[in-house]
Amino acid sequence: MNIMTEAGVEQKLSSATNAPLIKMKGEKVSVHYGEKRALFDVDLDVREHQVTALIGPSGCGKSTFLRCLNRMNDTIDIARVSGKITLDGEDVYDPKIDVVELRARVGMVFQKPNPFPKSIYENVAYGPRIHGLARSKAELDGIVESSLKKAGLFNEVKDRLLESGTGLSGGQQQRLCIARAIAVSPEVILMDEPCSALDPIATARVEELIDELRQNYTIVIVTHSMQQAARVSQRTAMFHLGYLVEEGATDKMFTNPDDKRTQDYITGRFG
Amino acid sequence: MVGYLVVLLLVLAAAAYWIGRTRAIASVNGDVARLHSLPGQHGMFLALFAAGPALLAIVVWSLVTPGIESSIIADRFSSELSGMGVPQVEAFIRDARAMAFGGLVGFADPTKEAAAAVYKSIHTTSTWIIWAVALVLSASGFYWAYSRIAQAYRARHVVERILRAFLIACSVVAILTTIGIVLSLIFESLRFFQQVPFYKFLFGTHWSPQSAFTGAGAEAGAVNEDIFGMVPLFAGTLLITFIAMLVAAPIGLMAAIYLSDYASKSVRAVAKPVLEILAGIPTVVYGFFAALTVAPYFRGIGESLGLNVASESALAAGVVMGIMIIPFVSSLSDDVINAVPQSLRDGSAGLGATKSETIRKVVLPAALPGIVSAMLLAVSRAIGETMIVVMAAGLAANLTANPLEAVTTVTVQIVTLLVGDQEFDSAKTLAAFALGLVLFCITLSLNIVALRVVQKYREQYD
Repeated sequence: MNIMTEAGVEQKLSSATNAPLIKMKGEKVSVHYGEKRALFDVDLDVREHQVTALIGPSGCGKSTFLRCLNRMNDTIDIARVSGKITLDGEDVYDPKIDVVELRARVGMVFQKPNPFPKSIYENVAYGPRIHGLARSKAELDGIVESSLKKAGLFNEVKDRLLESGTGLSGGQQQRLCIARAIAVSPEVILMDEPCSALDPIATARVEELIDELRQNYTIVIVTHSMQQAARVSQRTAMFHLGYLVEEGATDKMFTNPDDKRTQDYITGRFG
Repeated sequence: MVGYLVVLLLVLAAAAYWIGRTRAIASVNGDVARLHSLPGQHGMFLALFAAGPALLAIVVWSLVTPGIESSIIADRFSSELSGMGVPQVEAFIRDARAMAFGGLVGFADPTKEAAAAVYKSIHTTSTWIIWAVALVLSASGFYWAYSRIAQAYRARHVVERILRAFLIACSVVAILTTIGIVLSLIFESLRFFQQVPFYKFLFGTHWSPQSAFTGAGAEAGAVNEDIFGMVPLFAGTLLITFIAMLVAAPIGLMAAIYLSDYASKSVRAVAKPVLEILAGIPTVVYGFFAALTVAPYFRGIGESLGLNVASESALAAGVVMGIMIIPFVSSLSDDVINAVPQSLRDGSAGLGATKSETIRKVVLPAALPGIVSAMLLAVSRAIGETMIVVMAAGLAANLTANPLEAVTTVTVQIVTLLVGDQEFDSAKTLAAFALGLVLFCITLSLNIVALRVVQKYREQYD
């Protein structure tokens, strides 16, 4: 699966100088929805074991870009993607790539918690089951437990694993969805405004969780909250009207952005 | 004529609307904003009071007069009618009424002629009375409401209240009609059960009511109780329904899945209406399709396999009935499957599930309660279906589980029991009501279960 390309070699070399590896790379990514163009030649790197935040006003293309990374745009009939996106140097839009396998490696958490109307256990076991990751019931139990633990939900639900996942609170549901994504051991987790439907306390818990998950996974998060981007991310990319305005280390983006639009957006002057 | 009276009242109502509006505007010298209610509401208020009570009186009159008129006739001619039974008296009054209104009765009869003359004069009087009553009510209602219209008068509230009462009345009519039908079913069934014990009816395995009477001119006492066993009919109904569901459930469900999740917009735009046209075909057309095409075809296949297939087989009727129900199942299931939120499909796809995995493991389980209720509604539709089975399944009440034989169903037997010259109070005719009652109970309980399941399903996503 992990074909060593030239880019891969480069990445390995650069890691020697302590800079994080580039996990996913977008080159001249453009998206059309029918006649309408939603994304214009975006070049953006996602670095391993970091949280990359995509910010920008509504309709700026940040969610569209996120959905390109695991080809979720395939489910929209009129969407057309051009340009190149690589995962560990492999082109994810290569016809030889199996979308199913790609999505197992690049998981996704959605804006609104969307647990399946099944038990908590079944929700988490869903992914491992369809990918055949567990050889026995005991192994599956182990995956479910460790996923729930990593998502910080296990202690709250360990006595009611067989109750319906839809009966949990909003914040718990979202952490269940994160556990569900973790259960297939993805390398990258995409989060599309994961906290927008949650109250501040639940949001704080999920943010804490994102920070912990960074140790093992690469995370890309779309958010409308400047504070959230500042709190959880190491790198930030600012989108506007389908263009990538600027991209850089979060500290720098929030203190000394190069582009005036970024400064205006961050300080709340538009958007 | 009362018809003219109704038209007159409607014209009056229109006029009253206009008058009320004008008066309301005049009462504030054209400054409409000062009115509590809109001018149109004042107009509506006046119109309702001008025509409403009178129309109500007409409705009551038309419900009550036939009974009163009949009892007056029966009373005047009590000596002539003394020797007759209840049905004959009813027939006498019916004939008299028909003659009074200019209809033709097969043979003349001086007593009936006299009764018709009396009937006519009574009816003329009562028509005059209702005209007078309606006009008085209309005038006084108009006067009362007209004197109320003023700047601060709350016409809106009155109109709202009257409309509410009207809507309640409409729903009461619908409910009462249903209750009336059920009650008549129950009472006629009780009369049947006086002649045939209900356990013999419910558990008997022999059904041949055409031979209910031992000889010509036999009296009710000679009813043979053992030939009213409904078990063969019930078994036949179940067999045909089962075959129908065997056809309709998988095909309908698969079609629904294709339409909701796989079909492109353009395919869906064509395929869905076409499927629904299937539901618009009259069942009698399916009936001769079953009898003339499908049944001989099955018979041919059966013969080539060395099987003995009856020319009117349960299989043919069931299969055609299944085809008839397909759009029913697919359209209901399609709605249910579409109601499963897109976010669940996305969630599953985001975990790397394929489309068919998503449908099998997420969409269908989520939609299952709705699909089950769609199936139950389809079953109750199949049980109540008559025309196809009349034409394709035959009349022989065989107690068999073999789909290649002829069977008959509850609905078919109701039809044959009531068709033709029948004495209304014979056990044979009353049996139809008992069958109807059983059928009603079955479909009612199926529908209740289906609705319960749907309700439970709705709560899941709200």
